[in-house]
Amino acid sequence: MTTYVGKPVRRVEDHRFITGRGRYVDDIKLPGMVYAYIVRSPYAHAKILSIDTSQASTAPGVIAVLTGKDLEADGIGGLPCGWQVNFRDGTQMKEPRHPVIAVDKVRHVGEPVAVIIAETREQAKDAAELLTIEYEELPAVVDPQKAVEDGAPLVHDDAPRNLAFDWEIGDKAKTEAAFQEADRIVELELENQRLVPNAIEPRAAIGDYNPGTDHTTLYTTSQNPHLIRLLLCAFVMGLPEHKVRVVSPDVGGGFGSKIFHYNEEVIVTWAARKLKRPVKWTAERSESFLSDRHGRDHRTKVQLALKNDGTFLGLKVRTYANLGAYLSTFAPAIPTYLYGTLLQGVYTTPAIYCEVYGVFTHTVPVDAYRGAGRPEATYLLERIVDLAARELNMDPADIRKKNFIPPFDGIEQPGYQTQVALQYDSGNYEAALNRLLEMANYSEWRRKQQELRSQGRYIGLGLATYIEACGIAPSAVVGALGARAGLYDSATVRVHPTGKVSVYVGVHAHGQGHETTFAQIVADKLGIALEDVEIVHGDTAEIPFGMGTYGSRSLAVGGSAMVRALDKILEKATKIAAHLLEAPESDLEFREGRWYVKGTEKSISFPEVALAAYVPHNYPPDLEPGLEAESFYDPKNFTFPFGAHLAIVEVDPETGEVKLLDYYAVDDFGNIVNPLVVEGQVHGGIVQGVGQALYEEARYDENGQLLTGTFLEYAMPRADEFPMFKVDHTVTPCPHNPLGAKGAGETGTIAATAAVANAVADALQPFGVKHVPMPMTPQRVWTAIQASQQVS
Amino acid sequence: MFPASFDYRVAESIDEAISLYQSADGEARYLAGGHSLIPAMKLRLARPSRLIDIRPIEQLRYIRVGDDGAVHIGSLTTHAEIAASNVVAQHAPLLAQAAKVIGDVQVRNMGTIGGSLAHNDPGADYPAAVLALEATITVQGPNGTRHIAATDFLKDMYETALEPGEIIVDVAVPSYSGWKSTYVKFFHPASRYAVVGVAILANAVGNQVQDIRIAYNGVASCAFRDTAAENALKGKAATDATIAEAANAALNGVDVLSDHFASAEFRKHIGRVYLKRALQELFAG
Amino acid sequence: MGVPIKVTVNGRQYEAEVDPRMLLVHFLRDVLDLTGTHVGCDTSSCGACTVILNGKAVKSCTLLAVQADGAEILTVEGLEQNGKLHPIQEGFREEHGLQCGFCTPGMIMTAYDLLQRNPNPSEAEIRHALEGNFCRCTGYQNIVKAIQYAAAKMSS
Repeated sequence: MTTYVGKPVRRVEDHRFITGRGRYVDDIKLPGMVYAYIVRSPYAHAKILSIDTSQASTAPGVIAVLTGKDLEADGIGGLPCGWQVNFRDGTQMKEPRHPVIAVDKVRHVGEPVAVIIAETREQAKDAAELLTIEYEELPAVVDPQKAVEDGAPLVHDDAPRNLAFDWEIGDKAKTEAAFQEADRIVELELENQRLVPNAIEPRAAIGDYNPGTDHTTLYTTSQNPHLIRLLLCAFVMGLPEHKVRVVSPDVGGGFGSKIFHYNEEVIVTWAARKLKRPVKWTAERSESFLSDRHGRDHRTKVQLALKNDGTFLGLKVRTYANLGAYLSTFAPAIPTYLYGTLLQGVYTTPAIYCEVYGVFTHTVPVDAYRGAGRPEATYLLERIVDLAARELNMDPADIRKKNFIPPFDGIEQPGYQTQVALQYDSGNYEAALNRLLEMANYSEWRRKQQELRSQGRYIGLGLATYIEACGIAPSAVVGALGARAGLYDSATVRVHPTGKVSVYVGVHAHGQGHETTFAQIVADKLGIALEDVEIVHGDTAEIPFGMGTYGSRSLAVGGSAMVRALDKILEKATKIAAHLLEAPESDLEFREGRWYVKGTEKSISFPEVALAAYVPHNYPPDLEPGLEAESFYDPKNFTFPFGAHLAIVEVDPETGEVKLLDYYAVDDFGNIVNPLVVEGQVHGGIVQGVGQALYEEARYDENGQLLTGTFLEYAMPRADEFPMFKVDHTVTPCPHNPLGAKGAGETGTIAATAAVANAVADALQPFGVKHVPMPMTPQRVWTAIQASQQVS
Repeated sequence: MFPASFDYRVAESIDEAISLYQSADGEARYLAGGHSLIPAMKLRLARPSRLIDIRPIEQLRYIRVGDDGAVHIGSLTTHAEIAASNVVAQHAPLLAQAAKVIGDVQVRNMGTIGGSLAHNDPGADYPAAVLALEATITVQGPNGTRHIAATDFLKDMYETALEPGEIIVDVAVPSYSGWKSTYVKFFHPASRYAVVGVAILANAVGNQVQDIRIAYNGVASCAFRDTAAENALKGKAATDATIAEAANAALNGVDVLSDHFASAEFRKHIGRVYLKRALQELFAG
Repeated sequence: MGVPIKVTVNGRQYEAEVDPRMLLVHFLRDVLDLTGTHVGCDTSSCGACTVILNGKAVKSCTLLAVQADGAEILTVEGLEQNGKLHPIQEGFREEHGLQCGFCTPGMIMTAYDLLQRNPNPSEAEIRHALEGNFCRCTGYQNIVKAIQYAAAKMSS
């Protein structure tokens, strides 16, 4: 029996947001605060010949004009990369210096070149116009496949062919053999286009330094304040970690883009210490487009070998992953360990081989964006599976069912060992698909499709059955794979003398609703009211330590840490209760917030025990006073949510316009704490996934200028482009964490792109169109139809 | 993001506005709703040294039928007001049809017809409508008042017949009571500007077309009337065949805009398909 | 260079001298410390800065503070009356119409404008009214439901 867990509890954090009392970084005003404006490179690749600061530094209100040379003179290092992926031959990954402010050369449009600090935001920006920077423009390369060609401009002199690494996974020989045996091979070249995460809150940072105490505080729009503190202190600035506090207050969405340690965090911290005044920087949106880490950007060839009955025999994948100009914090992991390892999908494919080239180009660095590697894997897998179905004249649902991994719960049946390193925890893939087909009335849609086709209307049905790896991650495993950090998490449960509870968690909420969902777990576990619990996050001065929130890890990892801390609380509290009830612990029973002596009415409440812990007059002699517990939890494995989505689109073949008619999703997240919050995650993910399929694209011209660098060119999904989604779930608990939870943050983004891409291809089958590149804009759809009409 | 500095003046009357313009050092600009100018100033694409706020000139805010029988719209009338106006709906619904699809709710609440026409963005929605409606734009400036036919007013991308210091004061649209009209738009998915916008205004009995005006915006650097398409239908019955003829005649010889979202070829194709479909719908039943 | 303005915000009168280039959103946030209204973009696209000006929704990032001289402005902070949430605010909470909360004030003010003009909007009308507001978290579905909730509550 639970009072809160599993229920659609309304979010406790909402009140401050709906009344305009959220506190985001840009809302913070500190006494004496000054403003930084960052002058950025207009060129993708250029030598910096000179910077003349004389006029700018005497402009009204200007306090300082700082350049990369000043930064180097102060001994500030480059930005570190947190994941090492070596070349196949064992050569170490190329890891060129990632300057906070460019010194001799710029390598992407938007790279910081100078910083103006002034009394007001206006003065800083005005003075920036007085800065004279002489550049010598150099040829640039933006396409990862062109970047590896001989003679391509080099992004870094010490990275030949612009390669940061090349990487492989799977069994090449076995896969080649499988291809030899196959009845047929289906192949496709595709691009997973570059996206801009575009959280609606632009990034912001404030550095604050107290010379009296030598304390430095950084307020930043981060998904992981402790990680930022660690990187800033240990790798970039050499500051004593105990004197540095990083605060991530309310953060307006992250989607991965606020994981990374950014140049501006260093700049404001450095400047604040230098000037002894708080320094604030807030991105303008146009700046976000040029400085927030981008996502995706793969060029891939995929081949699937199969039997004529639809059985998959082997999968080969070759990908050129664009990493941008520098290695961002987790960049090397995304197109490798979060991508190649997911190519098993939910299928029994017995042989898989994948090779990935990580390539530098003169573009904004690329790193994790919602889904991070897994949407790329799912897109190519689900596209090739659909193409195979089409070639074999099978229904896409049938070919999937034929190849599904059979159900396993990870307890009675062992986890499923994939061909690409991972061991899935538990899964029942066919059950999710069956539930979806039933909910959507799939066969009725198929019938309707035929009927409409005869009227000259083209609807398409697109399935995506996916798996993802989240709950990141077992530290020893990721350490062996090149991670330079552990990926456990922590929680401290502090019971106050009145029985109210504060919980300090290392994970960070920026929309996910932890203040509610975590409190639901605490309230149920301790048998107290939800309003008697507060979840605290986002401040290194308050929380023990934490790796933050990304990869749908908060509940599975951070929540598990919290459950363990709660167990410790209950263990100690039970000792106190036993003492007060004058009964052995074994005679006690804890339910709904009270300890009962079994078989009697004699009981004591949680607040009474809490009070005794802090007023220990009558107290177990060997027990410490106080009631507080901490736990660090390192997961045993990843968690593997999965599911099946179906998109229904209508394509207007004359104009190429695509309309999303309907959308169905069945996901399996394991146990669910708050269905309302989980549905919200699914909805948002679907829209982002559809955004990639139909609208969004970070598009560069050949000179490295971003053509879609504002919301006037970069198409964000809007409310009127979507129907009401129908979502449901199956429940296959995670066998290896105390909550049985798997994670729900990214699945919509992972499945929806592939589902919509499949739906459009399905709609265009009568025209002989096999594939439409993303985003599937009207022009691209129309062009694809024209091209295939000319062929046939 | 915010504009560069400027000297701000408020005008209570047109004369005062003009004299503030004349007394300015450097470039002066009139500020109406500001929904073309302020975004341009924030991006520093426009940097007037003086901004003359004419929004308080209440006399420029009206929609009424004049003695000449035409609908007169004061230049400070917002898109939302035009979209909701009964007078416009009765006499020149085409203008409301265009106004309804400009920007978004918030933009329509602030943006004005005068500001939009003075800006003459190729992707704006009014230009095709005022061309089809053969509107007259009245401007007032240091040298007095001029009445300019819409077709002469809209010169090229971001270029109009406005001389320095002139303010649009009135947009007059003859009454087209009883005519059929429509404005169809192929939206840019990000900016919501028209990649293609087609305004059609037809005087027809049943499907017998006595007169028809077809105008495009979005397609080329400036909005224009497509007389070849009009001639394919004028004086004829609108049938599938004549409509197809009109669509095929449309956009010939036009220097069509091209960008990565819509190539010239695709834009032209959409322009024709949208025209065909709009005509079919207009003359259906 | 300061220009004097008088505005009424959430029922309270303010007088201030402002730099003419100051945008209304910066006036609200920086001068009046009403930080509920947010800046999400620089191209009048995202709607996070939406406020009600003289009864109508506007994007306060595309308005100079001086243009608001004499105006009555309502921001998200002014919706709650005597400690009681406005039905739109309540709708957003009840229907989980927000996640990170950053677009929320703009969404709420746009909904306010819609329900004023159209107390009983259809789903399509609600979605259309939100064409000038971006949300990256919710997928819009629960925002639509939140507005439906408010419409029902306000008309009952």
